[in-house]
Order: sequence, then structure tokens, then C-alpha cells
Amino acid sequence: MTTREIIRRHSLATRCLHWVNALCVFLVLMSGLQIFNADPRLYWGQFGASPDRALLAIGAHGFPHWLTLPSWQDLSTGRRWHFFFAWLLVFNSALYLLFSLLSGHVRRDLLPSRAEIAPSHVARDVWDHVRLRFPRGEAAKHYNVLQKLAYVGVIFVLAPTLLATGLAMSPGFDAACPWLVTLLGGRQSARTIHFTAAMLVALFILIHLIMVVLAGPWNEVRSMITGRYVVPPGKAS
Amino acid sequence: MTRQVWTRRQMLLRGSAAFGGVLLGGCDRLSESPSFHRILSSAEQLTYRAQRLIVGQSLAREFTRADLSPVFRSNGTARPGSALYNQLLENEFEDWRLMVGGAVNRPLALSLGALRAMPSRTQITRHDCVEGWSAIGQWTGVPLGHVLTQAQLAPEARFIVLYCADELERNDGGYYESIDLVDAFHPQTLLAYELNGRPLPVPNGAPLRLRVERQLGYKQAKYLMRIDAVARLDGIGRGKGGYWEDRGYEWYAGI
Repeated sequence: MTTREIIRRHSLATRCLHWVNALCVFLVLMSGLQIFNADPRLYWGQFGASPDRALLAIGAHGFPHWLTLPSWQDLSTGRRWHFFFAWLLVFNSALYLLFSLLSGHVRRDLLPSRAEIAPSHVARDVWDHVRLRFPRGEAAKHYNVLQKLAYVGVIFVLAPTLLATGLAMSPGFDAACPWLVTLLGGRQSARTIHFTAAMLVALFILIHLIMVVLAGPWNEVRSMITGRYVVPPGKAS
Repeated sequence: MTRQVWTRRQMLLRGSAAFGGVLLGGCDRLSESPSFHRILSSAEQLTYRAQRLIVGQSLAREFTRADLSPVFRSNGTARPGSALYNQLLENEFEDWRLMVGGAVNRPLALSLGALRAMPSRTQITRHDCVEGWSAIGQWTGVPLGHVLTQAQLAPEARFIVLYCADELERNDGGYYESIDLVDAFHPQTLLAYELNGRPLPVPNGAPLRLRVERQLGYKQAKYLMRIDAVARLDGIGRGKGGYWEDRGYEWYAGI
């Protein structure tokens, strides 16, 4: 007789913070596209406007309206959504970092070990993912190295980059911390980096959702709501 | 068995799509709700307080002539259409006077010559439009604080309101803007009459515009006609402190 092994996969704090985060990230991404559409060109350096050479222009009007928040052209409302949920995101992320560092979640579950980042191990994991072979049994109880790298990349690289480049676009903040704008190569460079990092977050979300569907959406989504996760039985058992 | 799993998956996908649709439709309805707007707008106070705390009296970065934008883009009104403005322009602003009034002990009427005779400041700064673009220009003008000191603010004065000659929408009041006294007395806050060493061009706000360097472009009111010191903003225009503020934009445009 086979028994289903059920583990408690995510702590209550992780689950709550995950869903607040998910809501905030969706809203800041979509309102961010609304703000971007007000001048859908990217520049590099201290200045950049329509008479200057653009690095990249996305159509004449930017992204389609259905991707933006609100779903019609309205820069002021887009800004209201963006800054409200950006503040909420900052508080939520601060709580997450505090909790995850203190509880050992980062060290125990997120940071890859030396053995895991060995090229041969990473290559094998990539090959397994390509063949859609997901870990089972014991190996399914913790994140694989690609997951770890993706989460660490978003949490410790993309999120701080988005915060820093967002603040560097603020003329008020720039007066207080001019070194940050200098470090980023100018306000228009900061805007370009902000946009690029946001697109990488969108790419992460897309892959994240595809993986949830492929790995078994019921089990995955439930584990992030109730915490309970049915471990896919290992081949040997 | 496989079939059942697929159906479940389809259901989940359809369910998610429907949920997403409802969520986005909901966001659009919330965008139109005045009470939800007030909740969203509460973030402005948080930004204002946080920035006032860390920014203090610090100066906006100043650049060199080598950093100037080749073309300083203008935005909004390129030339006010009123008969009065065109009359003033025809006469090269000989008859133009900046009226300084409201909660002051000494109302003033200043000609361009009188403003040019006052102590001046020249600064090369970055202009950041709310739309996202930036341009670097050199501004010369009188520190607003100097003019306000001459006019002697009354104790009840809390804000400086600037009235402009541009009428973006007729019959709906003209363009106006307002700033608090922290910004009004900041050393880089100028009543600018020159851009890049030349008299202010018409598209950039001739004869006089505000420079309040630590805020976005829509605060930099052009075509100034009158300045009032006031105790409160709610009786002016639609009560939000400026033309764009009355149309949903933040009064504190530091971000």
C-alpha cells in the first residue's frame, strides 16, 4: 500500500507575504507600463527627450492599453496606483527579508550550496527541466538549483535594482542622494535600467506560472495557500 | 486518467483567466471610484513626509555647460493665445508687471527691469517631466525667497500660488501652481528670466517662469503673471493647488 506523503512546505509568513507580494507586483508592473507609455522611448545618460537620440522606442504609443493600469491612457491614475503599491511592496519586502533572514529561510532554502552551483550540476538540472522531468521523492522537498538561482536573483538583484533605479528617477530623492544617480549613469540610464529590470521580473513571473502549471497546479497552488504539499512519490518507492 | 488531468488543467487555466479578467475589470472600476482614489492618493503624504525628512534643504545637482541638452524641449502651452499676452509680447513685455500680493504686508508690481536689477542666480539643472523625459538647461533668475522677503509675508502665509497667462482650457481658469514655503525659500527656487544665457523663449515661458528644482516639470509654472501668498489652497481653482493637481496629479511632485 502506498501512503501519500504530505509535508508543510511554506510557513504561514511566507504564504501571506507571497500573496501580498503577488498582488503588488502585478499592479506596479501594469501601472508601470502606463507610466512608460507617457513617453515610450528609452534613453541613456543624464538627459533624454524627444529631440535627443533614443536607445529604444516601443511603437509610437508604447504597450497596448489592455496591458496597462488603468486600461486607458491616464498617466496620473497610473502614477497613483504605482506609488501606492510600491510603498506597500517596500513594507512587504522589508517584512519578508526580516523574517527570511532571521528564520534561516534564506540560508536553509534559498542560497544554493557550493556543490549545487557546480557547472555539471547546473547543466544536469537544466537538462532535466528541458525534458520536463521534475524532482520526485526526497529531492522534491527542497528547491532545485535553478529555482534557487531564480529566487535569489529576483529577491537580491532585481528587487534592489528596481528600488534604487525608481528612487533615482525622483528629483527630490536625487537632491538628497546625488551619488546614486551618478552610480547609475544618470536619470535616463536609471529609467532604462528600471524598465529592463521590470521586464526581467515579468519574464520571471511568466516562467514561474508555467512551471506551476507543469509541476501540478493544484498541489503547487495549495501549498502556497494552506502550506500542505503532497510530495510526488519517488521512483524507487 | 490523462484526460481527467487535462480537463482539470484546462479548468484551472480558464479559471485563472476569468479571475484575471475580473481582477483587471475591478481595477478599472476602482480607478474611477473617488473614494478608492483617495486611498491611493494617501501614498502622496507618505512620499512628501519621507522626502522632506531625508531631502531637507539639500541642493539639486548642478551641471556644467558641457552637459546641456542640445535642444531644451518645451511642453504644454507653446504660446498663450490670449489677447492680453499677445499684446504684452508685441511690446517685448515693457508693460508686463509681476504682481506680488495676497498675505503680504507690501504688495509689489515688478517690471522685468526691476527683477533683473535684483540679486540673481544662475544654475544648470535637470528638468524632469512627469512623462519620463529629462532635459538639462541653464537658468538665470531672482531667488523667489528674495522677492518674498521684499514683499514681507504675513504670519498666516503657508503657500505661494503662481498664476500664469496660459489657458489650457478656456472658461476653466488658467494655469496655476503652488508650492510650500520650504520650496519657496530654497536657494535654487528662482523666478527665471533667462534660459541658456538668452531671454526666456516664448515656448519655455517668457517673460518669467518658476524653477523649483527638486520637483517635476509641471510645477515649473510658465508665463507668470501674479504671485499670491495664501494660508490655504482649497478655495483656489478646484482646490488641489494647481492646474494638473486639479486633474489628478500629485501636489508634491518630488517623485
